[in-house]
Amino acid sequence: MSTATQIPFVEYLNLEPTPHLVANECTSCGARYFDRRNACAGCFNTEFTSVDIPTEGVLRSFSIITFAAPGVEVPFVAAVIDCGGTSVRANIINCPPDPEHVSLGMKVRLATTVVGTDSAGVEAVNYGFEPA
Amino acid sequence: MSRSDDIWILGIHMTKFGKHPNLDVVDLGAEAIHGALADAGVTMADIGIIAAGNLLGSGSIAQQLQKQVGQTGIPAYNVSNACATGATALRTVIMAVKAGEVDMGLAVGVEKLAGAGLLGAGGKPKADNDEWARNGRFGAVGPVDGRIGTESMPGVFAQIGMEYGHKYGGADFELFAKISEKNHSHSTLNPLAAYNKAMSLEQIMNDVMIAYPNTRPMCSANCDGAAAAVVINGEKLKTLSLEQQRRAVKVSASILTSDPWQEACQVLPDVNTLTRNAAHQAYEQAGVGPQDLNLVELHDCFATAELVHYDNLMLCDEGGAVDFFESGAPYRDGRMPVNVSGGLQSKGHPISATGIANIWEVCQHVRGEAGDRQIEGAKVGLAHVIGLASACGIHILERSAA
Ligand SMILES: [Zn+2]
Repeated sequence: MSTATQIPFVEYLNLEPTPHLVANECTSCGARYFDRRNACAGCFNTEFTSVDIPTEGVLRSFSIITFAAPGVEVPFVAAVIDCGGTSVRANIINCPPDPEHVSLGMKVRLATTVVGTDSAGVEAVNYGFEPA
Repeated sequence: MSRSDDIWILGIHMTKFGKHPNLDVVDLGAEAIHGALADAGVTMADIGIIAAGNLLGSGSIAQQLQKQVGQTGIPAYNVSNACATGATALRTVIMAVKAGEVDMGLAVGVEKLAGAGLLGAGGKPKADNDEWARNGRFGAVGPVDGRIGTESMPGVFAQIGMEYGHKYGGADFELFAKISEKNHSHSTLNPLAAYNKAMSLEQIMNDVMIAYPNTRPMCSANCDGAAAAVVINGEKLKTLSLEQQRRAVKVSASILTSDPWQEACQVLPDVNTLTRNAAHQAYEQAGVGPQDLNLVELHDCFATAELVHYDNLMLCDEGGAVDFFESGAPYRDGRMPVNVSGGLQSKGHPISATGIANIWEVCQHVRGEAGDRQIEGAKVGLAHVIGLASACGIHILERSAA
């Protein structure tokens, strides 16, 4: 049993009630952004609302990365996932990182993983996608 | 001061690409400038503007170079546009010449990259004992590269190629490796290429995997190099010798685009739309179509990138890049030779030099001066570069009628 406090690795990951991604959606054209924007890149509107992103999707592209920055476990699978029309960038996790187990068009779902614990005992929780 | 809408390359030069341990960026850039001026038959006294690029350097490369080749007091533009930096320098000069502000200008790109590691990946991990703190526009408590997909160039461009495969089918590891085999084979005829050894398909596929499906020889080769070009307007060209007029190469199109907003561009750079936009504009400006091209130098920073640009440059029908490659079209003896220089995978990719070096290659062919690798009877060629984040430069070049 863990009593550790958990925080999401990025602000657009919401851990409650169940882990899911949240995007800033342009109120004018519907474009979605995971990062903070000053205005919509598509239509220049400056109003956004929050929308929940589906947690299931289809693997649209991937690469198996062998060389990465220090501290990153390799090999890992970098991917683009189509979550009901919203493109999401993520690692494919809980799956062997080889072309026999990862294939274009495969169905995946959001999963979480603890990336570390800080000096105050707080766990940072990241998201990835696993085979569905 | 003369003015005319038609723009010409009067002289152009590229240095040997590869390792130049005894030359610094200024030496290499100066060598390219001296080569281009000699090729043009002019001196720094004739040049009205200089634009220069050196992405990884200390800045003010234009002025650093002027101090070695001639401080004439002309306006100097230092440009930076990722891997499209060289093309952007050239485009800057072309705009000044076309606007009638100057008769003649000089563009140069130079880079020292030999021995450089993986580009584009970075980020500092959290120091132990710290408390989590949010940073950047994702509000991340640590580096996202490697934890939320990849920002490394080989990985990004691998996904760009794989996405094409997902959309249209037929693109697998072996196909991408064959594209690389073609370019390495082409480079055997290019004495200025960083690498000019042929590689077998087996060698390529069994080499170190960098980012599946790109193995090491399928990635652009980090190397040193420089390229420079002298640009002139048509009126001024008429005042020069017949030999200069004969060897001048017409710039039928000069286009620079950036990436327009697309749904997925926040998660994977879209190198397709801006290339397609640039190609449309270039063909219209030049009054030629892809079928009129005798050769194409395109931005094969990775084998996976070359495939998508067959389609983006409209060398094939939409979705037909795999069939186009398998038909043999982009081989040097095919109907649409692509990257006969060896491309970035074998000729090398000294970033800021690349967007002028590809134009040098096309000029060599349309001038009939490409030696052993001459594409016979070449009259029209296209040079394309991509810089991530993103920028696309396309130039269409035509043989002089003189
Ligand atoms: Zn909008």
